[in-house]
This record gives sequence, structure tokens and C-alpha cells, in this order.
Amino acid sequence: MTRPSLKVEDLRVSIEGKEILKGFGIEVKGGEIHAIMGPNGTGKSTLASALMGHPKFEVTEGKASIDGEDLFEMEVDERARAGLFLAMQYPSEISGVTNADFIRSAINANREEGDEISLMKFIRKMDEKMGTLEMDDSFQHRYLNEGFSGGEKKRNEILQLMMLQPRIAILDEIDSGLDIDALKVVSKGINEMRSDDFGCLIITHYQRLLNYIKPDFVHVMMQGRIVKSGGPELAERLEAEGYDWIKEELGIEDETVGQE
Amino acid sequence: MTAETKFPVNQNEITSFSKDREEPQWLTDLRVSSLEKAEVLELPKPDKTNISKWDFSTKNFEANVQDDMSEAVKGLIGEADKAQMLMAQKNGVTLFQKLSPELEEKGVIFTDIQTAVKEHSDLVQKYFMQEAVTPDENKLTAEHAALLNGGTFIYVPKNVEVEIPIQAVYTQAGNFGLYNHVLVVAEANSSVTYIENYISEDAAEGAIANIVAEVYAADNATVHFGAVDNLAKEVTTYVNRRGQVTGKDAKVYWALGQMNYGDTVSENTTYLVGEGSYADTKTVAIGRGKQTQNFTTNVVHFGKHSDGQILKHGVMKDEATSIFNGTSKIEHGATKSNGEQTERVLMLSEKARGDANPILLIDEDDVTAGHAASVGKIDPLQMFYLMSRGISKKEAERLIIHGFLAPVVNEIPIESVKDQLIEVIERKVL
Repeated sequence: MTRPSLKVEDLRVSIEGKEILKGFGIEVKGGEIHAIMGPNGTGKSTLASALMGHPKFEVTEGKASIDGEDLFEMEVDERARAGLFLAMQYPSEISGVTNADFIRSAINANREEGDEISLMKFIRKMDEKMGTLEMDDSFQHRYLNEGFSGGEKKRNEILQLMMLQPRIAILDEIDSGLDIDALKVVSKGINEMRSDDFGCLIITHYQRLLNYIKPDFVHVMMQGRIVKSGGPELAERLEAEGYDWIKEELGIEDETVGQE
Repeated sequence: MTAETKFPVNQNEITSFSKDREEPQWLTDLRVSSLEKAEVLELPKPDKTNISKWDFSTKNFEANVQDDMSEAVKGLIGEADKAQMLMAQKNGVTLFQKLSPELEEKGVIFTDIQTAVKEHSDLVQKYFMQEAVTPDENKLTAEHAALLNGGTFIYVPKNVEVEIPIQAVYTQAGNFGLYNHVLVVAEANSSVTYIENYISEDAAEGAIANIVAEVYAADNATVHFGAVDNLAKEVTTYVNRRGQVTGKDAKVYWALGQMNYGDTVSENTTYLVGEGSYADTKTVAIGRGKQTQNFTTNVVHFGKHSDGQILKHGVMKDEATSIFNGTSKIEHGATKSNGEQTERVLMLSEKARGDANPILLIDEDDVTAGHAASVGKIDPLQMFYLMSRGISKKEAERLIIHGFLAPVVNEIPIESVKDQLIEVIERKVL
């Protein structure tokens, strides 16, 4: 199989008539980890949600493809089956559906009928991944995200990532609300995924996470598009100096969307 | 006002029906007096559903049943030989019954109502439509007493704990009018789990089911009552399940899966009379097609420190209409009581109608009570979340609906019945 690829070109996205993304482009390939950084309100989460097909966001222009297939021609579940994964900032709680049942349904949805994962294999895999993420066994049988703390929800997102092994993952502020120990554990899980068959787009506004997950590329987002790209050293400079120098360099007064 | 409908069955027919069944005189008398009441009493008036045009009358209440068990019944009971406690009836006629000998030795009674009134006449008479449900409440309870033609009597003596669940399967066939009565008496410090299935076979227009269940719980008794109603769309159903929790610290747990396909009016009332008595009532219901249903759940508190919990979840699709009424009533003197209720309705189509009406009626200061109700559609963000993992739209809906109904489904105490309820839900909702 060829290396995974997520390609986004000149993407424009609106919510309730207000344009948030204004010509966004990126290419993420297997084996690469990209970090998108930027202050609040610059469109980072909108990018993640729009690519996955969140019902509230309207794509008005531009293209996005996974392995050459047009994402915007696909339903949400088809995007997932094509290999796209979104670790959400605010995952839904679903009462009455256990975590294990949900994850097993998801794995089987990505497999052919008649080729469902065996229960034994599933349990072994689940135990292993939950071990890596230092999650208590009880999380298998708890209802999906119901009553989970913020940190537990994040771990559960990464658990799904590890169980489903997508080709391309977008992690939307997976580090927010995590203490340092949890951050290390979650990073360990993500680092385990690293391979040529896996590409990753990490959305964050703290450099902190990038101490544990070394990105190959760092992009800064302002006003709904990427305004600066570089290597890991860019993240370090942002941590040390903040965003003001970029704004100055580019003559941006207010970095948030709709303020240009 | 609807036309005064002359009751289609007369006194002579009732009397000879009773004689044929070799019933004790008290029951014959009760039938006759109830018949008179049936002619003058009005239909029950469930809140927000007008049933005045519903036809509950039938001439067809005398069964003519071949002694055979359908595949559907066999599926529900598994291998009958292996069952320890089982009752199977078709149009009120017993096809199979079995009580474990050990329990029989301990004085447990588990028999069809026809046998019970002969062999345990005094005991049945003491409870049968005396307190929990009485013939003079409305036209349908009166008809029920007059035309009683099926059901089961369960009696658990003092200090006996029946550990194996008792299962009963009632089949309604053709255009028969089934007047099924289940009487459960749990004496002090006893416990029992009873679970019933109602199913249809070759149902025909005009079929009715008039079902009454009475549960009596004495001091410190515990009764688990589970039900899966799965009657066909041709069947018009009145079902009234009541608990008379007279004992101190007595407990009744209801888990009702109300999956009928026809028009249904259901009442489930628990009277918490004993001090510290407890009622937990969980209901799931699904509406589809054009059926109209009304589900009323009441818990009435008389005893101090009594606690009543009502949980109802309903799913409506197509053009189905359902009303979910819930009343927690705390009478004066029932100090330190607690009444909680939750009613939630999930709408799957624009044309479906659902309404949840939680009511608290409190006539005592020193109590706690609460209610919650919601009527809504499937949350699009939940759908997005599930689908973002590759799960199809249909499967995502299925998961959400199952999850929505799980709090009640998981309470069904017999695995095979629980699985069957899940299957019934699948078939009805998808």
C-alpha cells in the first residue's frame, strides 16, 4: 500500500454564514507529524471539524482528499473508513453504549462483513492499548464518555486512535486539560503509532505537547490560514517569544478570524 | 358521548362459562356482579389520550385451543424440559406448566388461575381484585373480572426466597379476547422474580387483550416483575399492572418492555403503603406505524420513608403517537418520602408524536421529590461522533437507540428474555 496522504487546498469554511477558514492548505503524508499552532480563535478547530464532516460547518470552497479520494464527496463514516480519524476536543457522551461495544462496532465497521474481529483478539488488543494509556479496566464497561473527566475523555480518544489504527489522524487540542503525567501517557500512545503508514496533524496552542511528540513540521495559523511554516525550532521560538513577532513580521494587528 | 354499547355477553353465558370451569361460587358471583358494572361503568380516562372510540368489547372469550406450542413460544422458553419454573398459555389455556418440586415442598404455589381458584380458593379470593385493582374502577376492570379467562397465580410463603426466576408466556391467537390475570402474593421476608411475555399468533381484527396484574408484597418482601409485551397490531390492549406494597420495607421492582404493535393503554401503579416501602418502575416503549399508545405510571406514597422511582424511555417512529404520563403522589402523613421520576422520549420521525408529562402531587411538607422530562430527536453531534469512527448512519442510530433504552433493558432479570427484548426492539425500531 502507498503511504497515506491528506491533502487540503485553498479550503474555505463557514459556520452560520461566517467564514472561518480562508484559503487553508496543507499536505500530510505517512511518517510525518505536523503541528498546527496558533492563538485562540484563528480557525484551528474549525479545520479539524470541517475535514471530518461536522454537520455545523459548511465548506464553501477548496479541496481535500485522502489518498487522492475527495473527502467532501464522502459521508462522515466513509471518511473514517477511508482512513481519517479525528480525536475530538469535546467528544460526545453516549449513554447506554459501553466503551468496549462502541470500539468493537467501530473496528468491525472498518472491516469487511464476515471478517469481524474475534472477541479474543479484540479483548487482547484492548487490554494492551489500555495498558499503554494506563487506563483502568473499568473503562471498557463504562458508558461511552459518560461521566468521564476531561483527561479521561482525551485518553479515550487516543485509545480509539490506537484501536482503529487510521491512516491519517487529526488530534484537536488533545493536550488541553491534561496534567503532565497524563500528557506523557497520551504522548506515549501517539508515539507508538508513528510509522510510514501513519500521518498525524496535531492541533494545539501549547508547545508543551511537542516536547513529547516531536513534530516534523510546525505551522502557525492566523486569520483562518497558515501564515508561517517551519521545523520543530519554530515551536520552540513560539514557546519562548509568543506570537507577537509573527504578527509584527506579517503586519497582522488582530490574529483572530474576521479581523483583517 | 359514545353510543351505549350493550355488552355482547349476557349473564347466562357468564354463569355457564364459570360452571364449565368448575369455579367456586364466589368467583361466579363476582363475574356476574362485575358484568352488571361493566354495563354501566365508563372506560378509563388516561390523561391526554382519548380512547372513547376504542373497541374493547368481544364475544370471543371462550378458547378453543389445540394443545400445541408454536415455534415462537418454544423460542422464548428454550427447552421446556429444562425449565424449572415455567408457564405457557394460549388464549388462556395452559399448554405447559412446571414448578420445581423443592419449591412446591416449601409451599410455593405457581399455577394457572383456573386451577388456582379451585385448589386455593380461599387464598385467591383473599387477594383477587380486592385492593390493587377492583372491578368497580371502570368498564375495563369490570369486564376483566366478568370475563377472566387466563392467567397465573403465584404465592410465596413467609421466609421463602425463590431464587430462580419464574417465567410465563401468554399467547393471544386469532381474534380472541384475552382476559389475563396475574396475581402475585409475596408474604413476609419472601422474594420472587416473575417475568412474562405476551405474544400474538395469527392475530385477527377485533382481537383484544385485557390484562391485569396484581402484586401484593408483605413486610420485607421483594418482588421483581418483568414483562415484554409484544402483541400484534390487530390487538387492542388494556394492561393494568399494579403493586400493593403493604409491608414495611417491602420492595417492588418493575421492568416493563412495552412493545405492542397495536393501540395500547397501559397503567402501572404502585401503592407504597408500608413504612420504608420501595418501588422502582422502569419502562421502555416503542411506537411505530400509526399506533396510538398511552403509558401511565403512578407511584402513590402513603407510608413514611417510602421511596418511589419512575424511569420511562420511549422511542417513536413513523406516525406513532404516544403519551407518557407519570405521577408521583405523596399523601399527607407520608413524611420523609422520596419520589423521583424521569420521562424521556426520542423522536425518530417528523410525523411521530410523543409527549412526556411528569406530575408531582404532594400533600406533605417533609418530603423530597424531583422530576425530569424531555422529548427530542437524536443528537446530531452524537451521530457525528459515532460516524467519525466509521460506523454507518444506520448502525449509529441503532447504537444510540439501544443506549437510550438500556437503563430498562438491562434490568430484565432473565438473559433469554432480555435477548428477546433486544430482538423485539431491533425489529420494531429499525
